[in-house]
Amino acid sequence: MNLTLKVWRQKNSTSTGKFVTYKAEEISPDMSFLEMLDVVNEGLVKKKEEPIQFDHDCREGICGMCSLVINGEPHGPKRATTTCQLHMRSFKDKDTIVIEPWRANSFPVVKDLAVDRSAFDRIQQAGGYVSVGTGGVPDANEIAIPKVIADEAFNSATCIGCGACVAACKNASAMLFVSAKISQYAMLPQGQPERYQRAEAMVMKMDEEGFGSCTNTYACEAQCPKEIKVTNIARMNREFFTAEFIKG
Amino acid sequence: MKLDAKIPVGPLAEKWTKHKFNLKLVNPANKRKYDVIVVGTGLAGASAAASLAELGYNVKAFCFQDSPRRAHSIAAQGGINAAKNYQNDGDSVFRLFYDTIKGGDYRSREGNVYRLAEVSVNIIDQCVAQGVPFAREYGGLLDNRSFGGAQVSRTFYARGQTGQQLLLGAYSALNRQINQGTVKMYTRSEMLDVVLVDGKAQGIVTRNLVSGEVETHAGHAVLLCTGGYGNVFYLSTNAMGSNVTAAWRAHKRGAYMANPCYTQIHPTCIPVSGDHQSKLTLMSESLRNDGRVWVPKTKEIAARLQKGEIKAKEIKEEDRDYYLERKYPSFGNLVPRDVASRNAKEVCDNGQGVGKSGLAVYLDFADSIKRLGQPEVAARYGNLFDMYQQITDENPYETPMRIYPAVHYTMGGLWVDYNLMTSVPGLYALGEANFSDHGANRLGASALMQGLADGYFVIPYTVGDYLANIGPAPIDATRPEFAKTKAEVQERINKLLSLRGTKTVDEYHRDLGKIMWEYCGMSRNAEDLKRAKAMVSELRADFWKNVIVLGENEEVNQSLEKAGRVADFLELGELMIDDALNRDESCGGHFREEYQTPEGEALRNDDEFAYVAAWGYKGDNMPEELHKEELEFENVKLTQRSYK
Repeated sequence: MNLTLKVWRQKNSTSTGKFVTYKAEEISPDMSFLEMLDVVNEGLVKKKEEPIQFDHDCREGICGMCSLVINGEPHGPKRATTTCQLHMRSFKDKDTIVIEPWRANSFPVVKDLAVDRSAFDRIQQAGGYVSVGTGGVPDANEIAIPKVIADEAFNSATCIGCGACVAACKNASAMLFVSAKISQYAMLPQGQPERYQRAEAMVMKMDEEGFGSCTNTYACEAQCPKEIKVTNIARMNREFFTAEFIKG
Repeated sequence: MKLDAKIPVGPLAEKWTKHKFNLKLVNPANKRKYDVIVVGTGLAGASAAASLAELGYNVKAFCFQDSPRRAHSIAAQGGINAAKNYQNDGDSVFRLFYDTIKGGDYRSREGNVYRLAEVSVNIIDQCVAQGVPFAREYGGLLDNRSFGGAQVSRTFYARGQTGQQLLLGAYSALNRQINQGTVKMYTRSEMLDVVLVDGKAQGIVTRNLVSGEVETHAGHAVLLCTGGYGNVFYLSTNAMGSNVTAAWRAHKRGAYMANPCYTQIHPTCIPVSGDHQSKLTLMSESLRNDGRVWVPKTKEIAARLQKGEIKAKEIKEEDRDYYLERKYPSFGNLVPRDVASRNAKEVCDNGQGVGKSGLAVYLDFADSIKRLGQPEVAARYGNLFDMYQQITDENPYETPMRIYPAVHYTMGGLWVDYNLMTSVPGLYALGEANFSDHGANRLGASALMQGLADGYFVIPYTVGDYLANIGPAPIDATRPEFAKTKAEVQERINKLLSLRGTKTVDEYHRDLGKIMWEYCGMSRNAEDLKRAKAMVSELRADFWKNVIVLGENEEVNQSLEKAGRVADFLELGELMIDDALNRDESCGGHFREEYQTPEGEALRNDDEFAYVAAWGYKGDNMPEELHKEELEFENVKLTQRSYK
């Protein structure tokens, strides 16, 4: 396959960026999208041009480090798939592919296609945990959890923190991400003691980081590579309102 | 120097308990006066950083990724072992200890492995308390499965994403401490050297991967939790960023590297599809619980399969060779990883391989789907099947998976004593970065166990002993050693940036990987190893003349990052070859063709090689010095491993 790429290049967070056009030639349909970029980058290096910076690590769809808005869609055209698991067989010969970073004020560009998602970490730090220290905990089987609850909590817990939900949302809302963690703990017995203060702390932090509000377009769910459901957002809202109600 | 592993004397089951009592404690009021540096935030690093901060120490944690949650522990699929015996099937701490020693082909320490088995039960309790959503049965209690060569069901799991859930648990504990201000987290920060003052590790030098700034950080102790070095093979199941740099820099400052030739080649990975391949993807070996491994009985049928003339389903039962079930009737498809991998290589070398390249065997679920129904198979392995289909464009519910071995884990690593301290005082190594618990072969679901054992339950005790001994006086970061080490790091960066040759870093990395895989991979022999050593040495010399490194230091510069890592892999490669050449026996993942039983199994030489080979760095281009730590077995009898 031969492709034309329009890639966002931006030197650092303070400079303005622009699209630059590159040719990607002799691309195999079995390559992953990132392997295609590797080939382009190696060509650039050979020509002593600076390679395109993008974030990636595990390349098995689980670390959440890869990103990219591909032809307007976070993680590209395939549903339930991270960019690293997207293969070139999803494209056609002679296609033009537009590649951009996540676009959100709360995710400033680091360089080219890499963005700073540390706001996500800070939201987790505000309350995304059960306050237990190492040691002194009960035997694992003393906490019985109905299988349906455990499975549902697991579904929320599979979020990889990639930020595609924010990139997909016209309001750059982080509610899908935040609600997944709040839901996981709200459902499990281990999360009960801190249930409401956790919801409040994480939501407040989310707002402080400048993420937008949810207007129910469900774009986040559609683009989530791990298929996290918007019902988590409904649950988060309930947790948050209950927290406010309890406080009075 | 004689290596002292500091394994406590006394009965096996009492060693750790006694040792914990004998270790010095740090006064609670003094703990906040100590700074501890933790490098890497995978299972070992995140759990260590969180646990030490909970105790009251000041922790500084570092990772090269954009968030501590990205560490490659996250990709572990199958599960975590613990001797809970919840299934009433005869498991015990001693059985887990015994299986691990035997699985490691009798090349690990009894004391360490017993402790690992002992604390395994605490790990599960800890993770459940954190809210890790393990698989459960309808009664609400935890589910288990048997895994990778174990005859009891002791593996706890969270679908095919156990590593993710455990790491997010450790990450949440870390976040709690960051929120409390007891851990300061440095992301996108790569450790490039360790600072020694009066022979003790007292700091590190890092490069900020965004600004390029080279920084020094001081601490009373330094913990390296930086994972394994599988990417020396270029293609592996490791993440793209996984590297040996932190461990290798420590090695060059005096930390011994132990058993570097022990690498684990995992039997169930998706085969290579072409030269563009950047990494290999593991399919959890839990698949071997329900999948049957086979190849065609004859080369002729295999050749027709390779050309695409026939399909797997069309091959009659009598024309299939279920070689693992045939050769190992009692373990069948569940033989340990090293045995499964070598057998796959053997049938492929014999021309019976499948797929376009002929370098693959089938893992077939047809019988299980018939027996259990597709929904049950999907419930067990759905996400793995989806992943397989995404990568290969083939549906494993309809056609058997093609799998082939790939580099997955490195049992070798920095030498540590029972306290997890390297040969440099104050410098510790945890998790995959150390060598200590898996011997020559790691059993499935044991890596997660070891990472968390080291971080949650070993280091919080052992590091206190060292800290209590050195005292809480602040580390003086104005000592000239800090500036000197920093200058050396900067000099190396400048040297790399001055290289504007013609060959890319990736080209060198691929070349190195090919040499290592071909000659120091699944099977090795003296002649090839000698040849490989010369090739790596030549490649390394060429690298420092002819590599292209673009850009400047003061910016995000991935060429520079990769160049530094590959430069270290080139040095490590030679040491791995030396180690493989020195070990005139076969054991676990180290298979020397000259040493095999008449049935083609690994043949150990316990009289001469029941030791840990710990290598000491002696200077650039100098042969490394071999230190031997004899392994003593008081509780298990060394036998030929048999899975028949």
